[in-house]
Amino acid sequence: MTVVMPEAVLQVRGLRSVFGRQVVHDHLDLDMQRGEVLGVIGGSGAGKSVLLRSIVGLKRPEGGSVYLFGEDVTGLDDEARRPFERRYGVLFQDGALFSSLTVLENVKVPLLEYYHLPPDLLDELALLKIRLAGLPAEAAHKYPAQLSGGMRKRAGLARALALDPEILFLDEPTSGLDPVSAAAFDELIRTLSAALHFSVFLVTHDLDSLYAICDRVAVLADGHVILTDRVEVVEQDPHPWIQSCFRGPRGRGSSGVFSPVRTPET
Amino acid sequence: MTTQPARVVWEADQPTQARLEGDWTLPQAQDIVTQWPQTLQTSQLLRIDVTTMGQLDTAGAMLLLRVLGSAPSADDLKKLQGLQSAHRELLALILTRRDMPLPAREHHFSGRELVIRMGKATETFWGQTRQLLGFVGLTVQTLAMVLIGRRKLRLTATVFHMEQTGLDAVPIVTLLTFLVGSVVAFLGATVLRDFGAEIFTVELVAYSFLREFGVLLTAILLAGRSGSAFTAQIGSMKSREELDAIQVLGLDAVELLVLPRLIALLIMLPLLAFLAMLSGLLGGALVGSMALDITPGMFISRLYEMTEIRHFWVGMVKAPVFAFLIAVVGCLEGMKVEGSAESVGRHTTAAVVQSIFLVILADAIFAIFFMELGV
Repeated sequence: MTVVMPEAVLQVRGLRSVFGRQVVHDHLDLDMQRGEVLGVIGGSGAGKSVLLRSIVGLKRPEGGSVYLFGEDVTGLDDEARRPFERRYGVLFQDGALFSSLTVLENVKVPLLEYYHLPPDLLDELALLKIRLAGLPAEAAHKYPAQLSGGMRKRAGLARALALDPEILFLDEPTSGLDPVSAAAFDELIRTLSAALHFSVFLVTHDLDSLYAICDRVAVLADGHVILTDRVEVVEQDPHPWIQSCFRGPRGRGSSGVFSPVRTPET
Repeated sequence: MTTQPARVVWEADQPTQARLEGDWTLPQAQDIVTQWPQTLQTSQLLRIDVTTMGQLDTAGAMLLLRVLGSAPSADDLKKLQGLQSAHRELLALILTRRDMPLPAREHHFSGRELVIRMGKATETFWGQTRQLLGFVGLTVQTLAMVLIGRRKLRLTATVFHMEQTGLDAVPIVTLLTFLVGSVVAFLGATVLRDFGAEIFTVELVAYSFLREFGVLLTAILLAGRSGSAFTAQIGSMKSREELDAIQVLGLDAVELLVLPRLIALLIMLPLLAFLAMLSGLLGGALVGSMALDITPGMFISRLYEMTEIRHFWVGMVKAPVFAFLIAVVGCLEGMKVEGSAESVGRHTTAAVVQSIFLVILADAIFAIFFMELGV
């Protein structure tokens, strides 16, 4: 496959999510193409994480369908989902590493579960993933409790990459990191997605990440995706939430070239 | 997208040339390793044709690098003919990240290690004992300050914990002691029947429940039920920095959190122990009337005539001591929690084990004490 055809690896159609009497998503549609980095933004409580959980099968939606790699995976049981689960990786907010295992063992978990490989190849492959995630080899034998927050995220990324996924789901990967580490993490995602050819579904609050690595940005508000486009287009949209997000006091520095409309100092 | 099996095709009479075909991916890795072991180990290939290679992922790329030699460099990539640019990027990235070998894991199981661990365990035990004694002192000091009016008694919290540890435990305590009471009666009946002394079953049940089982079973149940709850409650507060917040607000965690729980348990455990004694006797009486021809009337009159009230007091006097031990250990373990949720679980387990151990230890000391006193 030399020519990359535009191909939707992820399609969400008419998704509806309800908690009790609170409707989180209603008629939510979303597409993600192969190879792209898609940023998903929205206010707190807009349902970004719920959307991610609905797609990866941790939550059963109350309506609508989710298509992964062109196939409907909405109502599948655990057994039927398994072939799809090998093809995507998820990085949870704090890495979600298994605390009783070392980093190396954590990365080996999915490899051991799905494939029978000779031990030396297994170790070599797991170490490669750890190194690709930007950790030193000494970190391999450390336990998650011995790592800093940023290192735990990188270790979680190494585990998410263990099976060479086609889609990588990231849940607020830069939250809790200092600005330098966050920028380095963005850079890492960009490099890896280019070299390993996976698509990235990035749930974030971080405007810097949107400008730095996202090909397209989907804005979640009022229970559905109100807009999906390049970030330069999105920031010009008149929707009030987008305006307050991109032109608010915290939105200015991110775009660099973008000079905001002067708002009166309060 | 169907996967093509990975293959190594040798050029006829050209030992230094080969062609790699198919998809070199993780699902194929096992086959590649088992089918072409010599290719991967001692490779003298100088020219490798990869024009017809399909997909390549990190696992396949690592195997491909093994084909190139034991320690391939960027120069070795030139041996690959017809390499796709995307694959070249991947290989180049992997080459840069293969610089560090996996460090050996430290394993030591020597005699020296054994001694070190024993020493550490002893030190930990001593440290914990000191910590417990210190905490007991702190709690008693705060309690004394409440009694002389320099600190406030948190009445609402105390009543709340009385309900949680006392009232809510009534069903489980009474049911359990009722069952144990009937079991003791059965046991006594089986042994005593051979001597024609079934009537002494009444004394057996009465002595055992008034002196020991009533209060001991209650204490063990509350250690599992309330001691662990104290640790979990205080521990999760500690891990969410609530205890730090209490301190910077100028409040006292012992006064706010420990004393209400301690006082609640000091009041409720004796009451529950009393209920437990009644319930155990009831269980014994029921078995007596059903299996041993001891009517309830006979049971009560025999109990009244033969059992002195001192046995009841021997049991009851232990209740506040047990309550104190359970509450103090539960609260202290909660305070020792640090950070993670895992720590809360570990300390909850420790609280239950320690408090049951201390309760039984104290009970044994009481038994020796009362034996010497002759009561």
